[in-house]
Amino acid sequence: MRQIAFYGKGGIGKSTTSQNTLAQLATKFGQRIMIVGCDPKADSTRLILNTKAQQTVLHLAAELGSVEDLELDDVLQTGFGDIINVECGGPEPGVGCAGRGIITAINFLEQEGAYTDLDFVSYDVLGDVVCGGFAMPIRENKAQEIYIVCSGEMMAMYAANNIARGILKYATSGGVRLGGLICNSRNTDREDELITELARRLNTQMIHFVPRDNVVQHAELRRMTVAQYNPEHKQAKEYEILAEKILNNKMLTIPTPISMEELEELLMEFGIIEDEEAAIQKLQASGQ
Amino acid sequence: MSKDRLDIPDYNSLFSEHRFVEQRLNKRQFEAPCSEQETAEALAYSQSAEYMEKNFNRKAVVINPHKACQPLGSIMAALGFEKTLPFVHGSQGCNSYFRSHLSRHFKEPTPAVSSSMTEDAAVFGGMSNLIDGLENSIALYKPEMVAICTTCMAEVIGDDLSSFIGNARNKGVISEDFPVAFCNTPSFVGSHITGYDAMMKGILSYLYERSGLEAAPGSGEETGEKLNVMLGFEPYTGNFAEIRKILEAFDTKYTLLGDHSGNYDSPATGEYEYYYGGTRLADVPLAANALGTLSLQKYTLKKTQDYIAEAWKQQITALSTPLGITGTDKLLEAISELTGLPLPASLLEERGRVVDALTDSHPYIHGKRVALVGDPDLLIGLIGFCLEVGMEPVHIVCSNGDVDFNEVKFKEEAEALLASSPYGSEASLYIGNDLWHMRSLLLNDPVDLAIGSSHLKFAAKDANVPLIRVGFPIFDRHHMHRYPILGYQGALNLLSLIVNTVLDELDRNNSGFNYDLVR
Repeated sequence: MRQIAFYGKGGIGKSTTSQNTLAQLATKFGQRIMIVGCDPKADSTRLILNTKAQQTVLHLAAELGSVEDLELDDVLQTGFGDIINVECGGPEPGVGCAGRGIITAINFLEQEGAYTDLDFVSYDVLGDVVCGGFAMPIRENKAQEIYIVCSGEMMAMYAANNIARGILKYATSGGVRLGGLICNSRNTDREDELITELARRLNTQMIHFVPRDNVVQHAELRRMTVAQYNPEHKQAKEYEILAEKILNNKMLTIPTPISMEELEELLMEFGIIEDEEAAIQKLQASGQ
Repeated sequence: MSKDRLDIPDYNSLFSEHRFVEQRLNKRQFEAPCSEQETAEALAYSQSAEYMEKNFNRKAVVINPHKACQPLGSIMAALGFEKTLPFVHGSQGCNSYFRSHLSRHFKEPTPAVSSSMTEDAAVFGGMSNLIDGLENSIALYKPEMVAICTTCMAEVIGDDLSSFIGNARNKGVISEDFPVAFCNTPSFVGSHITGYDAMMKGILSYLYERSGLEAAPGSGEETGEKLNVMLGFEPYTGNFAEIRKILEAFDTKYTLLGDHSGNYDSPATGEYEYYYGGTRLADVPLAANALGTLSLQKYTLKKTQDYIAEAWKQQITALSTPLGITGTDKLLEAISELTGLPLPASLLEERGRVVDALTDSHPYIHGKRVALVGDPDLLIGLIGFCLEVGMEPVHIVCSNGDVDFNEVKFKEEAEALLASSPYGSEASLYIGNDLWHMRSLLLNDPVDLAIGSSHLKFAAKDANVPLIRVGFPIFDRHHMHRYPILGYQGALNLLSLIVNTVLDELDRNNSGFNYDLVR
């Protein structure tokens, strides 16, 4: 059984990319998969289940009084491609401790034996590795491969670098490795080259460049993955390629995060941000 | 007697002196006190049936629950192993509570260190505290193993012990071969017995797995003939001596897994060492080759038992604390079955003597109504003892009783046991309730005796019921933990405690014509 995790900046399309890719992995490559949503928003499984949002482990635990009263069948739901889904859930925004929620939920799944008879377990983790709780999926005996979803936008790259720092912390003592960057295109300038270069500096690969296509949004509005909504579409093929690459991925590395300065230099090199000199010249040329 | 002897007044007489009485009266004006009448009314109301109903509908508050935090049990488990230093990953305050709690019961020091986490550790994670703590404590206290458990703070911030210990090794703070066992003990769930189990499993699995041995039950020279015995969260050091006596009577070889009786019954020789006794670390991996394992606290040792069954593929016999004649009979049968050895004549003779003693006291204890409080395994033992001597359990409170063994809940087993005897017909079992509930029960449906830990003394006093101290913790009586309560000898000790309390009460409450010489 392989355990993988998707990390990345909030809003980058982690859940969309992971569900579309895992749907391909299940239907085209016959893999038995469980998705563990580790985001209090609980939107990591809706495209597979074709529902609004799944009932979460912690929500049900709160209703019943304690996690001990919960049964595995209450929280596992099977969806498209026979993928098993579970959402950890968490507190309302602004209260409680979402990180502890993830620890509690994953411990529950382990104790109850949810991790049996599977080829892949995939964790979908919110935004950034903000605290120890959100690092739970990359601790020992959990996810061994991390895929970072990013784009050519500066803050997405910044977040990717930060996540690489988080992985490095656990990689030196445990077995967790970086599997690659997934570029979920935003159609920014020279995006392909830029992420390839960032990946090189982080000692990893850009495992796939997922082009932007509106069919993803159309499918998402119908709470579906492209694999289910329009399996013949060329975008479905892109996710299939990504799925195959993950299935056969041998490049698992310990990342080498870069400094903020280096990241800015990289962006300048690719003309995403201008250096000060060039900016002043431009201003002068425009007569101000 | 020396003339310059210091005259130290007893604090009862001291604080009854006029100046202190006056001081208390003067203070009252600043305390906005209720009138004496109001106080009396509130007290009377708290004793009423009306209040009892309200009390049992209580949802938002727990008052005096009969349980402690997980790490308290973890520390006890760690102290059951040779030269092992318990290490609490958390704040000093947590650790002080565990140490003082255990020391107040055993009247012995409890060597345990903490990683001294404070505000900055809560924000930045406790890794540097843990690494520095390991370095310091190993240098200062020279243990042969460190056993780490966590506190709630470390659990909330998600500190990853396994990787922290790995990093400590990478940094060279501890050598590759220095053993560090660990377990996660969040006290949001479970109680001290859960923590005992977690640490026990943590230590057994860690020492076994690092040894590289392949478990082969019943094989190997010497070790293959041995029996593993686990007592669990055991508040009685005397029980260890008693179980040794029983095993030696069988003439079987054995390994006690987790024996803290050395640390909690160390001699005063003028020299204090940090570590006394305990299971030898080298014996743990060998225990995987034993004949089988006998567990004497099946509800406490759940995860440890599962681990031994799965990883060591061993036959396990799991009992609750073997109290009384029936309980001890079961214990002896279990040992006989696991080892294939016959029941020793010396123990059968001892059994006969205790049965004789039971019949001597029978007229005084038969039909006595009792209230019981304790941990699940102790309660199974106590209920069994009560029923076999004709005492009638009436109120039974188990704050940490939401546990099961082999898919059977503790509540179901206890109720089936009560239903098996006419003396159990009046009993009610309260799982997850606290001692404030017990107070209402004692006041509204009186009993003759209360059996439980020192924490029960306040409810017992309010209800004017004599308390027989059994279990954990016993803070306010000395040396009770040094005498066994398990085995036939333990049954005799329990009997003496109970019957002599009954006889004391007869003398104390005599009506003038029954202050008898002979009872």
